Amino acid sequence: MPNLIEMNRIKKSFAGVAALQSANLNVTPGEVHAIIGQNGAGKSTLIKILTGVYRKDDGEVKINGNVAVISTPREAQDAGIATIYQELSLVPLRSVTENVMMGYEPRTRLGLINWTAAHKRTQEILTRFGIDIDVRAQLGSYSTAIQQLVAIARAVSMNAQLVIMDEATSSLDDQEIEILFGVVRELKKEGVAVLYISHFLDELYQICDRVTIMRDGQTVAQHVISETTKLGLISEMLGRDPEEIKAAGMTGLGGNSKAPGEVLLQAKSIETGRGLKDVSVAIRKGEIVGLGGLLGSGRTEAARALFGLDTLRSGSIARGGGKSAFKTPAEAIAEGVGFLTEDRKREGIIPHMSVRENMTLALLPQLKKMGHVDRKRETELVEGFIKSLGIKTAGMEQPIRELSGGNQQKVLLARWLALEPDILILDEPTRGVDVGAKLEIQSIIREYVDKGLGILLISSEFEELVEGADRIVVLQDGYSVSELQNPGVTEESLIAAIAHHHERTA
Amino acid sequence: MLDTSAFDLRRYIQGNTHNLGVWITLFALIIFGLLRYENFGGTYNVSSFLNYNAMFIVISVGMCFVIMAGGIDLSVGSVAAFTSVIAAYLSPYGIQVALPGAVLAGIAFGALNGFFIVVMRIPPFIATLATMLGAKGGALVISGAQTISIDWSSNFTKLGLELAFGVLPWTIVITAFVVVLFWIILEKTSLGRTVLAIGGGEDASAMMGLNVRRAKMFVYVLSGGCAGMAGVFLASGFGAGQPLEGIGWELTAIASVVVGGTLLTGGMGSITATVAGALLLGLVFNILNFENGRGVISLSAYWQMIIRGAFLFFVIVFQSRVANSGKRGTH
Repeated sequence: MPNLIEMNRIKKSFAGVAALQSANLNVTPGEVHAIIGQNGAGKSTLIKILTGVYRKDDGEVKINGNVAVISTPREAQDAGIATIYQELSLVPLRSVTENVMMGYEPRTRLGLINWTAAHKRTQEILTRFGIDIDVRAQLGSYSTAIQQLVAIARAVSMNAQLVIMDEATSSLDDQEIEILFGVVRELKKEGVAVLYISHFLDELYQICDRVTIMRDGQTVAQHVISETTKLGLISEMLGRDPEEIKAAGMTGLGGNSKAPGEVLLQAKSIETGRGLKDVSVAIRKGEIVGLGGLLGSGRTEAARALFGLDTLRSGSIARGGGKSAFKTPAEAIAEGVGFLTEDRKREGIIPHMSVRENMTLALLPQLKKMGHVDRKRETELVEGFIKSLGIKTAGMEQPIRELSGGNQQKVLLARWLALEPDILILDEPTRGVDVGAKLEIQSIIREYVDKGLGILLISSEFEELVEGADRIVVLQDGYSVSELQNPGVTEESLIAAIAHHHERTA
Repeated sequence: MLDTSAFDLRRYIQGNTHNLGVWITLFALIIFGLLRYENFGGTYNVSSFLNYNAMFIVISVGMCFVIMAGGIDLSVGSVAAFTSVIAAYLSPYGIQVALPGAVLAGIAFGALNGFFIVVMRIPPFIATLATMLGAKGGALVISGAQTISIDWSSNFTKLGLELAFGVLPWTIVITAFVVVLFWIILEKTSLGRTVLAIGGGEDASAMMGLNVRRAKMFVYVLSGGCAGMAGVFLASGFGAGQPLEGIGWELTAIASVVVGGTLLTGGMGSITATVAGALLLGLVFNILNFENGRGVISLSAYWQMIIRGAFLFFVIVFQSRVANSGKRGTH
C-alpha cells in the first residue's frame, strides 16, 4: 500500500543540541502505528515537525507521495493531519461545540456563525462515538476522557486522514480507554490512519498494527507489532540486551520480602468523608506496602487520611512508639512523612522555578543559618541528588518546566528524600514517565527502602505493584478486603483478589 | 453566552449565572431611583446620564475584548485624552472629519500596543503602560497643556446636542450601534470566538490552528479605536479637547468589565453584561447626586468615590455568590 505519510532523514537541533539525527517514519492509510521510545528519544520533536509546530532542519516530509511543506499547525490541519496532544489542546472554558468547530464553523448566508448547525454537527459526530452529552455546556465540565474524545471528534470533523494521539490514555481509566479504543477502531474502519504514542506497551498490542522505535533522536527499528515481544521492544528502546533486562526483572523495585521492621504507622478501620469506609493498613520500617485496587477504590483517599489531610470519622491511626496520629500535613512532614502526589503538574512542581528551588522548597527552614539560607549546603545537597538520582538537567538553575516528565518526577522525589523521611507515600510515582526513567526511579526507591524507609505505594500498574511491593493491601469501594504477601504474588493473583471481592459484594 | 439561536430563557440564566448579579443589582438600583426621586426617570436625566456615560460604555466594551483575550489595556484613558484634542483640532472641518480622524488616532495607538505585544512579545501590562504614558505626554505636547476649544460654528456640536431621528442624542445612538456591532462580532463570528479561545488557552488555540496573532492584534486595535471614539465624545461633551482628562478611566473600564462577570484571566465574558456594569457604576454617581439634591445629606465627590468603591466590592462579592449557587444548581 502507498504511504500516507513519509518522513525521511529528518534532522532537528535546538540551540546546537541535536534532538533528531536521522529519523524516519512511514504510515499507511487506515493503520494504527505506534511510536515508542524513552523520553528524549525524539518522539515529540518528530511529531511536532509533522504538525507544523517545529520546522525541520533537514530531510523531507511527503504526504500521499507529494513533498509537503508544513510550517504552521493550521497548514497541517488543512493537509488532513489532526493532533491530540498529551496536554489537552482544547479550551475548557468554552463549549463542546466551539472546541470541535473552532475555526471551521458552519456559516449562515451573512457569513455569521450558524450555531444551530454547529451544535447539530457536533452532536452527530459525538453520537457516532456513542457519547451523548450537552454540546452547549462548557467542555471543562466533563471528564478528561470525554475531553479526549471531543479532541478526536474535532479531528474527525475536519476529515483528517491522520490522527495523532500523544499519550492519549495516560489519564483515563480502563473503561474510558475501552471507549477510546472503540473510536480508534472506528477511525481505522473508515480508512483514517492513527499515529499512537504511548508509554503503556500493553496497549500497543491491543490496538496497533505496526510500531516504530526511537532512541537518541534516531529511528532504530520498525516492526509489525504481532511479530514482536514486549521484552524485545524494551530492549530496543533502551538499547540493552534482552537477557540482561530479564534477569533484573521488568521493574526495578524488585519486591523481596525481608523480615519486616517495626511498625511506623498503622491505620485501623479508618473512615473519612471522602469515600473511605473501612480500611486497615500498616506501614513498617524497610518495606514497600502497595495499595491495589481499581480507580475509585479509595487508594488516594487512604493516603490522604494517613497524611493528615482528611479527618477521620471513625477508626484510628497510631504511630510507632504509641504516638497519636497527625492532624495536619504540616505535622506529618515535621514528623518525617512525605507525600508525592499523583498530580505532578498541579500539586507538585512550580514550573518557572529552577530545579534547585523546586528541590529545596520544603527544606528551606532546615537550611537556614542565622536567618539566611545556607547556599553552600543547599548547593551541595542539590548537586548530590542530581548525581545520585541521575537527573538529566543542564544545571541546577534550569527551570524545571524544561525537564522531561521523568526528570521532573526525580526532582520531586529528591524534594522528599532530602527531608530524610521515615515514611514516604508515593501516589502513581511513575505515571507518564518513560520506561528507562521508571526503572531508575524504582531502583532509587528500593535503595532507600533497604536503608529503612517505609513506603506506601499506590499504582494503577499491576506490574509495578506485583514486582515492587513487599505486601499489597487490596482495596475495594473504600474497604480493605485482603492482603497479599510477596514473594508469590502474580498479576493474575492480584487481579483475582480485586475481582473476587467484586463478585462477593455484587 | 454559549448559544443564542434557539433562545431558551432557563438555559440562558443557567449558563449566565456569572453575570446574573450585575443585572439584578442594576434593575434594583433603577427601581430604587424611580421610587425615591421624582425626576429620576425623566427624559432629561435619562438622556444626560446616557450621554455622559457613553464614553465609559465605549471604552468598557473595547476593554472587554482585550480582557477576554487574556490581556489588559491601560492606555485607554490617555488615548481618549489625546484623541479629544485631535477631535477639537479637527472640529472646524466638521464631524465627518473630526470623528474618523480621532478614531483613527486611537486605532494607531491600539496598533502600537498590538505591535509591542504581538510582534515584540512585551507583556500587555507593560506595553500598554508605556503607551499610556506616551499618549498622555503626547496630548500635553500637541495641546500645549491647554484645553482646546471646539469650533462651535461647525456641525461637531451636533454630536451631543442634536437628537438623532428626533429621539436620542447621536452619542447614544452611536454607542448603541457600537455595542450591537461588538456583540455580533463576539457571538457570531469566528474572530470573536477566537478571542475567547485565546483567553481560555493561548497555546491550545494555536495548536487548534487558530490565528492567534491576528486576533490579539484585533483586540488592541479595537480597544484603541474605542478610546478614540471616547475622546470624540469627551470633546463634544465638554466643548473642548481635554489633555488632562482620562486619568483612571482604564480602571473604571476594567471595573465595568469585571462587574459584568467577565473573567479577568480571559476566556469568558459578555458585552451586554459589560454595558450593564458600566451603567451600574455610572448610576451610583447619578443616585448620589439625586440624594444630595434632596438636601438631607451632602456628600463630596471624594465620598462618592469611596461609596462607589464599596459598592463595586459588594457587587463583585454578590456576583460570585450568585455564580457559585448557580453552579451547584446546574450540576
